[in-house]
Amino acid sequence: MGTAYTPGLTVTPNTIVRKTRKLPIKGTVLVKKGVRVEPETIVARADLPGDLDQIKVANLLGVNPGEIPQKMLVKLDETVAEGQLIARTTFFFGLFKSEARVPAAGTIEYISDVSGNVGIRRPPKPVELTAYVRGTVVEVIPEEGVVIETPAALVQGIFGVGGEREGTITIMPEPDRTIEPRDITDALRGKIIIGRRLITGEALRHAARAGVVGVVTGGIVDKELIELLGYEIGVAITGDEAVGLTLVLTEGFGEIEMAQKTFDLLQSLEGQEGSINGATQIRAGVIRPEIIVPRRDGAAPGERAQGGGELKIGSRIRIIREPHFGRLGAVTELPPELVRIETGAMVRTLRAKLNDGKAVVVPRANVELV
Amino acid sequence: MDIEQADSFLITDCGSTTTKAILILKKEGSYRLIGRGEAPTTVEAPFDDVTVGVITSVTELQELTGRKLLDGNTIICPKRGQDEGVDLFLSTSSAGGGLQMCVAGVIKAMTAESAERAALGAGAIVIDVLAVDDGRKEHERIERIRHLRPDMFLMAGGTDGGTRTHLAELAGTLLAADTKPRFGAGFKLPVIYAGNVDARAAVRDIIGKKMAVKDMPNIRPRLEAENLAPAREAIHELFLEHVMQQAPGYNRLMSWTSGDIMPTPMAVGRAVQTFAEEEGANALAVDIGGATTDIFSVFGEIFNRTVSANYGMSYSICNVLKEAGIANVSQWVPFDLDEPKLRNMLRNKMIRPTTIPQSLPDLLIEQAIAREALRLSLEHHKLLAVGLKGIQRRRTLSDAFSQTEAAETLVDMMALDWVIGSGGVLSHAPSRTQAAWMMLDGFQPQGVTTLAVDSIFMMPQIGILSEQHPAAAGEVFRRDCLIVLGSAVTAVGHGKRDGEAALKLDLATSDGRSIKETVRYGEMRLIPLELGQTAEGTITPTKRFDVGAGRGRPVEAQLKGGSVGLIVDGRGIPRRLPDDDATRRAKLNEWAEALGLERVE
Repeated sequence: MGTAYTPGLTVTPNTIVRKTRKLPIKGTVLVKKGVRVEPETIVARADLPGDLDQIKVANLLGVNPGEIPQKMLVKLDETVAEGQLIARTTFFFGLFKSEARVPAAGTIEYISDVSGNVGIRRPPKPVELTAYVRGTVVEVIPEEGVVIETPAALVQGIFGVGGEREGTITIMPEPDRTIEPRDITDALRGKIIIGRRLITGEALRHAARAGVVGVVTGGIVDKELIELLGYEIGVAITGDEAVGLTLVLTEGFGEIEMAQKTFDLLQSLEGQEGSINGATQIRAGVIRPEIIVPRRDGAAPGERAQGGGELKIGSRIRIIREPHFGRLGAVTELPPELVRIETGAMVRTLRAKLNDGKAVVVPRANVELV
Repeated sequence: MDIEQADSFLITDCGSTTTKAILILKKEGSYRLIGRGEAPTTVEAPFDDVTVGVITSVTELQELTGRKLLDGNTIICPKRGQDEGVDLFLSTSSAGGGLQMCVAGVIKAMTAESAERAALGAGAIVIDVLAVDDGRKEHERIERIRHLRPDMFLMAGGTDGGTRTHLAELAGTLLAADTKPRFGAGFKLPVIYAGNVDARAAVRDIIGKKMAVKDMPNIRPRLEAENLAPAREAIHELFLEHVMQQAPGYNRLMSWTSGDIMPTPMAVGRAVQTFAEEEGANALAVDIGGATTDIFSVFGEIFNRTVSANYGMSYSICNVLKEAGIANVSQWVPFDLDEPKLRNMLRNKMIRPTTIPQSLPDLLIEQAIAREALRLSLEHHKLLAVGLKGIQRRRTLSDAFSQTEAAETLVDMMALDWVIGSGGVLSHAPSRTQAAWMMLDGFQPQGVTTLAVDSIFMMPQIGILSEQHPAAAGEVFRRDCLIVLGSAVTAVGHGKRDGEAALKLDLATSDGRSIKETVRYGEMRLIPLELGQTAEGTITPTKRFDVGAGRGRPVEAQLKGGSVGLIVDGRGIPRRLPDDDATRRAKLNEWAEALGLERVE
């Protein structure tokens, strides 16, 4: 029992990335299997049902709901134009009249003699689905979407905000420094910028205004994120934030530096086009934010890369909980027996030598492979 | 076979993250838990098949117990001979986000609330409650339903013979949203209609073409009557027919099980109800998870369940801080808390939910959050576990729109006999005393209450088993699931100053000891009383305190021993901690020492 597995995020220069792209409702797939697509290629389209206008016809006419069917000038399923008269009544021998007109074109969907309301469905709204990554369509899911595959470099982050975007990977001139507003220039428009440490909330807002599409850093201080969003995130489900850019943290919250391996990989990709998505969901079906950079040479790896793996003597690790949060080191011992830790809990632990030479004992649940 | 004769049971609970399998066998005349196996749940990609996780968890169980349960990838049921397979295989499920429902009624505090209770009692997560008077505009309701994509909808409203207009309007709202169910593109959204029977036709006319409408008896046929059972049965039926059929791999799992699959919270509810019934006691159970906190209560014959969807210990931990506020959290820790550091720390727990506290301060922070999550969840529960509103005065329906008076909660903490805690932070606290203390602070029970924890969160499996074999379920629940921590005696009220007498105990224990003690205001005391032992006698509060019979009035009680012992809590209810930080910290450490826990400076 000297071995254990630990989770970790995928950080690899070459893997096969498969992206399933599905419409929210059934529609039409526009591309065929085997076709090459770009991030902005529209791969499928659907018609979302239009809004339903509910007209309080009985109120407008001043009649009982039960009288509505007799007052209607149009029938169920009939198409109506904007402003069209759909119901009318007259009083005092025709001297006075009341009318109901439609606010927008549509189709009569229901006429209720109970509520006295009439529902008019507006025309459907088209919704288009893009490919998000450059690659090849390897599967068509009829009426629903496609699966796109590409050999690519893949960096999974730990947390992100903001949705799918594309841009050019750009390392900040002084990557080891916190990114400040003064670092954001017009030259960064359309770029995915990389810093190893932190970014301030103000710099993030500057970046969004300057047209930066993505920001990748090691960490962020919680209050800086609140400053960007204007509110506090309560639960870990993100991706829909309207903040003008996508932020991906590779390590976590607080003063924490991007792992060397992650930074080296991103540095090697400088100048290349990539896709970024901040969507994070830490629950069943964990979704982590990601940066995908399709390989220019199209070379496919031997096997698909996966995060995490077996903890062994010598494995490089990062401690992800106090009291050694963020420290890097290497495993020196994996004792098989349960060990009582400071809290009094009996847990499986490991011994590690930190980069500064200090020897520590930590629960195995509190490390990840780097 | 005759179920009564069954002597071997395999039960799985497919949770959001983990699938847990337990094996129960009859040994020497009694039913016992033999072992437990677990594996990651495999509803999501890349597996997309719940049975993969089920088989893996059963494989682990097979290895741990040495009993052959699988033939290849098939569960051996019925058993072969005495040593292979099981008589019954059952399963509960909350995988894939559980059963997510929207409910609607005409009036928020009346029919909508009844609909919410019906859905929660059936094990659903209620993602929104719509009502004509919910304060939202029509388009806001429509947008919300579209965004949520529930698995099904429960529509109530109106008493029989009452309003039809509002129901037709609600149906219009639902039609306008035209939402599709979460699973199964191309399927119609199941809608259970359990409102005014006279409005059935009108509702069906509006939504019948686009949605799968099922009519059920009105959940509120009269203002003074609530009839939730038929709607709950319909929810369970539709859960099996629609949701489970669409969820990946469930068709296969359903073909394996000896009974219907039950939503996990519904099964826990059954376990709590059965326990309360057998004990003849009022009980409150909590499951504090990573994302949500479920509370189940049985007072008299009334069962209630609530889900506090965003109070949890990992996924939703930051929300607990947000809702409770830093002051409420930090009051429970005996050292200075650096707010920015605490915020970053909790965010890191949120994004790496499987980490565990290593240092004592870190543990105490997590337990402080748990106290607040319990408190907030109980507050939420009290709001919904209420008597029927709107029956005090004769009024027309339009009058009732302005009705704001709150009905009295059914959760009477003084009448509460048992508190059962489950979920990692309680079941796996390094010390059982810590679990007891968290429940005392989070729930603030009053008078005499027995505290317990679920050893390994077996209540879902026990609940579903209780439907098929109550005797086996009852035995295993008491012997292997429930860990009794001991009774707590809590004085309600406040003294004028710390140190004045709060109550006196005059008890005789079942092992022949005599306990004659005075417990003072501001004090906690732990009196040794082991599992199986009892202490009987009189508890006499002083004139400012109440332990069940009124201020200053004595009560006769039988107290239970447990793995912690008898806790006497003289700190006063409602709980007030000293305002001065130094005094508060000193008090927290004093209480920790009194309970046999370590001081932390």
